[in-house]
Amino acid sequence: MRKAAALLFTLGLLFLLSVMFLRFELGQAPMRIGKDILAAAPEQVGAANIVTSVVLGYRGLDTLGEIAILFTAATATGLILSGLGGGQRRDPEGGFILRHGADLVFPFLMLVGMYIVVHGHLTPGGGFQGGVVLAAAFFLPLLARPSRAVSHSALGWIEGLAGASFIVIGLWALTLDQAFMTPWLHQGVLGELFSAGTLPLLYLALGLKVGAELASLLAHLAEVEASE
Amino acid sequence: MIPELHVGWVLFAGAIGLIAIGVGGLLMSRDLFRVVLALAITEAGANLLLVLSGYRFDAIAPIVTNEVGGVMVDPVPQAMVLTAIVIGVGVQALALGLVLRIYRAYGSIDVAEVRRRMDDDIAAEAGLPLPSGREKPAVHS
Repeated sequence: MRKAAALLFTLGLLFLLSVMFLRFELGQAPMRIGKDILAAAPEQVGAANIVTSVVLGYRGLDTLGEIAILFTAATATGLILSGLGGGQRRDPEGGFILRHGADLVFPFLMLVGMYIVVHGHLTPGGGFQGGVVLAAAFFLPLLARPSRAVSHSALGWIEGLAGASFIVIGLWALTLDQAFMTPWLHQGVLGELFSAGTLPLLYLALGLKVGAELASLLAHLAEVEASE
Repeated sequence: MIPELHVGWVLFAGAIGLIAIGVGGLLMSRDLFRVVLALAITEAGANLLLVLSGYRFDAIAPIVTNEVGGVMVDPVPQAMVLTAIVIGVGVQALALGLVLRIYRAYGSIDVAEVRRRMDDDIAAEAGLPLPSGREKPAVHS
């Protein structure tokens, strides 16, 4: 009975979504704001990657809300799992190839992650994507050597400082008679590394914050798993 | 003869299908870990649908280059999905943490079993007769 109701609900949802999207003309976005942003963003914000202009320029406040959600999720996971990790029993160490392979890949992953973060306003990429690569870089040694303890306080400091600098950069715009989160440094030449005002700084803070948060999330989950 | 099918409709069908599969899994799975996986599938479908809503097959990525390109894709859905994916990872980790906690407390992640034993615990705390008719609750506080 319950399964039949669930199946009926799913089929109804499928029908509803199909009908909604069959009326929808392909390739014609229902929102008009996209065109205006495409036309205005290169002059207004100065970032070659217009997605970055949207994420940090036009919707900077939303991005602040989104990293607040991520922070809440990471904090709640740490709180939920805090009593569970005994820490006495650990997974066995990885083999020779795994350990040294992880050591070898770590600097390259860091480099790729930082590159993606720093070039977020020029190429496809940015703080969120690069932050995930950074988190993977920190999690890889943990998988190879489970006995090595993770410094949660260091991750917490990185995360806190990055989050605070994101907000301070946003607040500084108020002293220049701009709205909160308005990009404010000199725009520079479109397409150069040092351009687009504060956007690269914001993305750097965002990348460090996302990386530290995801790394501590993964470390929490790994600690619980190891103490099983 | 195969009727001509626009790639876009296939992608839309895929996105909507992913959402339907995920919602079906959310409603029908008894295993809590499968519920978390179904949540992830639903999320993937929703993100794909959002990206597709601004996609054009004759347009280029919204990045200004030296070459004179044609029309650009709408950047707003891409920016939204960009953040939604990372938040999705955080939410999945939180859900997995809750599942781990439930497994430690009850030794099971079967939805029906966990619900029965939670009802027992709540009744025992309130001093009511146990709904399942057992003598004592599963977990002592």
